[in-house]
Formats: sequence, C-alpha cells, structure tokens
Amino acid sequence: MIDDASAPLPPLRSRARRRVLAAGGALVALRVVPVRAQTASELPQVAALTDDLAGRVPRFGRLSLDIPRLADNGNAVPLRIAMSGVFPAGTEIRSIRLYSPKNPVALMARFDFPAPPAKPAVDMRVRLAGTQRIAAIAELANGELHAAVADVDVTISACLDGT
Amino acid sequence: MAFARIQLPPSVKRGDAVEVRVSIRHPMETGFRVDDDGRTIARNTLKSLTCRYGDREVLRASLGSGIAANPYLRFHITAVASGDLVFEWIDDAGERGDARAALVVAG
Repeated sequence: MIDDASAPLPPLRSRARRRVLAAGGALVALRVVPVRAQTASELPQVAALTDDLAGRVPRFGRLSLDIPRLADNGNAVPLRIAMSGVFPAGTEIRSIRLYSPKNPVALMARFDFPAPPAKPAVDMRVRLAGTQRIAAIAELANGELHAAVADVDVTISACLDGT
Repeated sequence: MAFARIQLPPSVKRGDAVEVRVSIRHPMETGFRVDDDGRTIARNTLKSLTCRYGDREVLRASLGSGIAANPYLRFHITAVASGDLVFEWIDDAGERGDARAALVVAG
C-alpha cells in the first residue's frame, strides 16, 4: 500500500492549476446538463401536425425515432421509426407519419400498412432543412396515437441551396 | 427511367419476418431548386408508392420532398407463400414505374 502522507505533495502552483481546471470542468458540465435535460416529450410546433392530431394527445415511450444526433449533410440522413411492445388483435399499427418543423413541406412522408407488418419499423433517408426537432406519429387500429421526437443538428441544410 | 432495386433474403420460412429493402432511382425534386437559367424546377416526388405481396397490399407510402433523392425504404413483411413482391409508384409528373421481385418461401 502506498503511504499518501510520505508521498511528496505536488508544488503549490500545480495544485492551484488543478483546482482551476476542475472548476472549469464543472462549469462546462453545468452548461451542458440543462440543454440535454429539456429533451422531454415535447412535440414541435407544426401546423400540419397540430391539424392531424386534431386535439388528440399521443402517448410517448413506445415509438422510437432513431436519427444521428449530428447530421453533417442534410440531403440524406438515415432515419428509423420503430415501435416496441406487443400488438394484440385490434391494435396493429396502421400508419406512420413524419413531420418536420423547418422543412418547407412539413409532412415529410406517410406510410400506411393495409396489412399488419411483421415488425413495426420502417427505415428511410430524409432531407432536413436545418437543425430541428422532428416528430413521428404512429396510429394504431384502435385509434391510439403514439409519438416520438428527435433532435438533430444539421451542418449543411437541404432544400435551401440555390443549386 | 424507372429503375429500382429490391433486396430480399434468398429463402425464408413460412411465418418469418422478411426484411424488404427497396431503392428507387428518382430525383425527388423539391420544387425549391432553380436551374441554370433561374427557372424553378418543378416539384417531383413519389406521391404514391405501393407494395403488393401476392394479392395483398402490404405497404402504401407517400413520399414528400423531405425524403432524400433515390428513396430507400426498409420494412418487414410476414412470409405467407412464395410469390411476387410488386412495387408500383407514380410521381408528381405523372410518370409511373414498377418493379418486382420473387420471394421464395420454403416449408
């Protein structure tokens, strides 16, 4: 065992430097935490989404929206919408819609499942016009709505360039 | 013009979840781009895309300008019997396309 008392203490200046560094680290942590903490289940304000919901309140938790947190190129961002849990008869997934608050066309895509899919998931590549919070809404056969949101930072926006 | 690739597992068992991947060659014009003369390029996306498996429709999609060019989709169907998977689509310019692939179901 190392005897701490006998180990020479680092020079005073070095210890002060460590304290400053630690304080700096704590400050950075303080700045980061509140930003991450607000990723609650808040739907983005999109007129098309509000209209489609028509006052109904979707549930959160079962639907997931997987997209890279940072999308370098907004022209093609891989995205997966999936739903967990069991689907007893009468609660099969019927449709999935994807909304964007910043794209010029808010309803990005709509998928309908006339027959229940083997797995309630669909993958695609999307265009994103800037950093935003996108939302997916799934409707079950019994009319239940499930929602998922995802924040994505986009470095190069799609749609808005002049090419 | 119409060209698509459909990827299916080589062989599946009845009742299996079958991964279907499809990639369609299409520009998915947003309607917000301009050509070299400054004229707006008309919006042209796949307003309707359907997938039939045997005599049943399994997926119906409407892809807007928020879907990347050359749209790629992946979804899962339940294997019932050997048969064709037929994709049909129509874009905003009224052009139709279709593609098919055979699904072999063993047992």
